[in-house]
Amino acid sequence: MSTATPTRTATMAQALNAALRDALREDPAVHVLGEDVGALGGVFRITDGLTAEFGPDRCLDTPLAEAGILGTAIGMAMYGLRPVVEMQFDAFAYPALEQLFSHVAKMRNRTAGKLPLPITVRIPYGGGIGGVEHHSDASEAYYAATPGLHVVTPATVADAYGLLRASIASDDPVVFLEPKRLYWGKAAFDPAAQVEPIGKAVLRRAGTSAVLITYGPSLPVCLDAAEAAAAEGWDLAVLDLRTLVPFDDETVCRVVRSLGRAVVVHEASGFGGTGAEIAARVTERCFHHLAAPVLRVTGFDIPYPPPMLEHHHLPGVDRILDAVARLQWEDRG
Amino acid sequence: MTVLDHRHHTAVPGWMPGATAPRTDPAPLLPDAAPVRVLGTPALEKQDPALLRELYRRLVVGRRYNQQATTLTKQGRLAVYPASTGQEACQIAAALALGERDWLFPSYRDTLAVVSRGVDPLEALTLLRGNAHTGYDPRATRTAPLCTPLATQAPHAVGLAHAARLGGDPVVALAMLGDGGTSEGDFHEALNFAAVLQAPVVFLVQNNGYAISVPLSAQSAAPTLAHKAVGYGMPGRLVDGNDAPAVHGVLAEAVERARTGGGPTLVEALTYRVEAHTNADDATRYRTEPEVAAWREHDPILLMERSLRGLGVLDDALVRESADEAEALAARMRAEFHAEPELDPMSLFTHVFAEPTQQLREQAAQLSAELAAEAEVQQ
Repeated sequence: MSTATPTRTATMAQALNAALRDALREDPAVHVLGEDVGALGGVFRITDGLTAEFGPDRCLDTPLAEAGILGTAIGMAMYGLRPVVEMQFDAFAYPALEQLFSHVAKMRNRTAGKLPLPITVRIPYGGGIGGVEHHSDASEAYYAATPGLHVVTPATVADAYGLLRASIASDDPVVFLEPKRLYWGKAAFDPAAQVEPIGKAVLRRAGTSAVLITYGPSLPVCLDAAEAAAAEGWDLAVLDLRTLVPFDDETVCRVVRSLGRAVVVHEASGFGGTGAEIAARVTERCFHHLAAPVLRVTGFDIPYPPPMLEHHHLPGVDRILDAVARLQWEDRG
Repeated sequence: MTVLDHRHHTAVPGWMPGATAPRTDPAPLLPDAAPVRVLGTPALEKQDPALLRELYRRLVVGRRYNQQATTLTKQGRLAVYPASTGQEACQIAAALALGERDWLFPSYRDTLAVVSRGVDPLEALTLLRGNAHTGYDPRATRTAPLCTPLATQAPHAVGLAHAARLGGDPVVALAMLGDGGTSEGDFHEALNFAAVLQAPVVFLVQNNGYAISVPLSAQSAAPTLAHKAVGYGMPGRLVDGNDAPAVHGVLAEAVERARTGGGPTLVEALTYRVEAHTNADDATRYRTEPEVAAWREHDPILLMERSLRGLGVLDDALVRESADEAEALAARMRAEFHAEPELDPMSLFTHVFAEPTQQLREQAAQLSAELAAEAEVQQ
């Protein structure tokens, strides 16, 4: 039973809230814990009303200590619960990295499958909201590079609901990255229709010239870029990865092979980023179908800038179109 | 109706609205003025002779286990062994203080506690042998995997105990730590969470004097490590870690307190790592022989023999029985560890996720092909 009225409009924040509420209702093993998730409803209000409805045992305001929160969630999962942890901001999750890397990612493997940890770690991530220092990191590459973690990042209201439900239901640990600049965007929302499997990329816009491969906060930017490109004669496809791990090689390669040109777009720094992995994978698998090198449009290799300068750092429409222009169109037969 | 409803602001009379301190009287939380002792004290008379005999027997077997495991490293049969030689009283008391349904959260130096909990030595030592990370089923004996990153298992103990309490399940979790581990952030966070949640957890710090080479004086300026408990709002206890009935008594009390809703306890057991940190360490670089010799005199087995002989609890028969059991264990370890372990390279991919990803299936196929090619070359 869902709390949301079918086919209404909702913000991504509301869809995430509905997903948590429905999960708490349907499965008594689900427990939410984090900083300020109780009376306040979280700094982004994603847990709004959950403690009032389910009590502090199910939605727990913890002490301010991220390693302690995740470490406690591990013990709860070992006992048989299904914890959903909220990290308040991307960079505030770093104190919990040891618990995440050394235990959450490894426990199933360390115990030959005897102690799986069905934990979902929700992390609001990325910039574009005018946040000051340490509130805007795009940290997905750290998680994606750690074997044993699934890494999921929705870009639409519908996916926020469907992918969070799927992540909580997963018996593997999931790092669930919420693009915070998309929290307040509204869209039609029908939770009954949303059963999104983890690990499937989706084509958000069909095109015939080249494909923009992206995810999370950069999806709307890529859709805007595709609109603008149409005026210049390029018909761009836009592929939303939705899940970084497990990576949907099949869909990505199918689209790239059919178009021969690809640009990967993400706001995290480029060096050692997920775009590097994607470009390498695509090149290894689709080399003979490529008409141009796979290009990347990413944030610069700099610490996240002050908010008044962040628009220079974040990939925008112009930078994406510049990359598209460099896809060796002169070779087109 | 919730377990956590006790958490609310208590106003301080005559002070600002919303002010919440001071909240508790620290005096009852303070640790014992001197380490609790049983052996050589009048308290010994009140001990259950059966428990004393059990402790003695397990100490002797445990010492032999430590010696045999150390020998196995010299023979190349274990990759590394952090011995708990000299700390056997803590190891055994920790295992004995818990009930069957309780959970133990050991560190890498606590394999003897794991074996004492009923895990087969061959399975308990796979981590240190190098053939598997965790060779036992943690659920079968309610013993978490041996934890290498210091103190990181402490919050797991808190979470498990908290979850059990939420379900009305009278389970206690005991986390084993060292003196060095008390400097880690996870130690602090675990104790704070445990106290705030009133989780049924016992933290046992085996203060063996050194974190590899660094002495406690360079590790902490606390009056005792047990005093750290007071800052979190839980009782601290200080015990002679080489006095087996004392450690057992203090731990059993803390376990009972946790089980009956009294919340967590921090126990500091004063002991000594008689061997080096591991077989790869050279302890002569940082400590003196007279210091080690003094502790060899304060050995947990010697202390028991001195006291129990006089009490009539320890006789030649028990000494012989214990020695026989110890030798039988050592012989079994030698036999089992001299056989090569069975290794399955393809198992590398089985437990990364519930279902292997497409990428892992491809990598498994690659390794499988490499193995087939190797086998062909060898034929």
